[in-house]
Amino acid sequence: MEPFESLFRRESGRLVAALTRVFGVHNLSLAEDVVQDAFCRAMEVWKFSGVPQNPGGWLLTVARNRALDVLRRERTARTFAPELTRLLESEWTLVPTLDEQLSPHAIKDDLLRMMFSCCDPRLREESQVALVLHILCGFSVDEVAGAFVAKHAAMEKRLTRAKKVLAESPRLFDIGDAAEFSTRLPVVLRSLYLLFNEGYHGASAEFAVRTDLCREAMRLAALLQDHTVGATPATDALLALMCLNAARLPARTDPAGDLLALADQDRTKWDRSLLDEGERLLQRSARGPELTTYHVEAAIAWVHANAACAEATDWRQIVALYDMLMAIRPSPVVALNRAIAIAQHQGPDAGLEAIAAIEDREKLASYPFFPAALAELELRAGRTASAQRHFREAVRLARNPAERRFLEQRESACVASAEE
Amino acid sequence: MSEYLFLYRGGSRPTSPQDAQVVMQQWMTWLQDLAKRGHVKDQGQPLEPTGKVVAGKQKTITDGPFAEAKDLVGGYTLISATDLSEAAELSKGCPIFDRGGSVEVRPIMKM
Repeated sequence: MEPFESLFRRESGRLVAALTRVFGVHNLSLAEDVVQDAFCRAMEVWKFSGVPQNPGGWLLTVARNRALDVLRRERTARTFAPELTRLLESEWTLVPTLDEQLSPHAIKDDLLRMMFSCCDPRLREESQVALVLHILCGFSVDEVAGAFVAKHAAMEKRLTRAKKVLAESPRLFDIGDAAEFSTRLPVVLRSLYLLFNEGYHGASAEFAVRTDLCREAMRLAALLQDHTVGATPATDALLALMCLNAARLPARTDPAGDLLALADQDRTKWDRSLLDEGERLLQRSARGPELTTYHVEAAIAWVHANAACAEATDWRQIVALYDMLMAIRPSPVVALNRAIAIAQHQGPDAGLEAIAAIEDREKLASYPFFPAALAELELRAGRTASAQRHFREAVRLARNPAERRFLEQRESACVASAEE
Repeated sequence: MSEYLFLYRGGSRPTSPQDAQVVMQQWMTWLQDLAKRGHVKDQGQPLEPTGKVVAGKQKTITDGPFAEAKDLVGGYTLISATDLSEAAELSKGCPIFDRGGSVEVRPIMKM
């Protein structure tokens, strides 16, 4: 049987999206309540009878019946989706209309509409991602707070405010409007990218890698890619990037959950099928006029994935790709990664020079991998005292125990090499 | 072997789907274990918290039951056990106790 959590996360998003479409976006919280109630009821029954063969189908039926109750009971007191009002008012059309809206094809559209609605430009990026996790992935407020290392109360406030903005929009996003769609698509892709990164590099209190977040981001990106209107080259590139990075996840931490540097990873543990899928998508993404950061980042991940070991990596190509990335979307973190690639290619002092040349270096002040990079390069240049000092600073900035242990280990390796 | 009815009373309702999932899994584990050991005659079902009560010679129908939440029967299971004390012992694994509920163990009357 599929783990229950993933069933819930998938079905919850589908059902909330579909019911919001029927109830109208102003009744978002009603849709959430109905879905939540359906889940609780289903589980109340399943605790006696066991989980049925097709739990997703069961949940859909329970939610449908609850929705029917609500529509009948409240149709005089509430207005539902304006374009469906007439059909929902008459007993003749109520059931067929609801069933039509809950057909697999309609739900697929509604999920995408909801995804685009959550990524409302009136909301800040972190609110968009929080909303996506909460509504489309069925994460509770606590789980969303956990994903972003935020306090429950703060996250509740953020989500409440975001939902209010969403509920004030006249309807769910119209994915049929080509112009609006292509304006909103980059916002959606960015949001899914941030979600993936939060899992991959996130500052979670306990875990260095939150695979569940990565998996959810990939699931949503795949949904987008699976839809005729969503399958753009940029979507392909984003999904390629996710696949190529996720392929390394099994090797990225040791059995104790501690981070491993790329050079120390057991490359046989990389997931071959994800690498192949990433490569296929990357090839497919190379069409149309647009070169996005996802294309370039996926290409970087692809170069890494194709090196038999760290030494065999084509660093010259990686530096060139980072140059391209700096041209599209410059940032100090990208510049730092570029400097590290330069060091691999031309030696530690060239790398340090490139770091010294990063324009807005001060923005990296609280990023632990900034002093860690300085330390690694100083160490390689044989200046252990300076390396040690930078490692200590990196340890001080570590955002979770796994990062701290990783950096502490590097620091003691540095001490050991000083004593040799 | 004799038959006993477990009546599940009270117990806080799950606060979220995640919580409901935890409760469900605990119950399934417990009931499956009892079934494996041959004690389950009928796994039973949950009951809606609402209903009607019909009472008196007039057979008056009222909304109900109006029991307090802690006394409300939320479900039942038919168990087989050698005697009442074994049946009571078997009920001790029920997850309802973690949530402030109780199990009433009642022997089915025999002729």
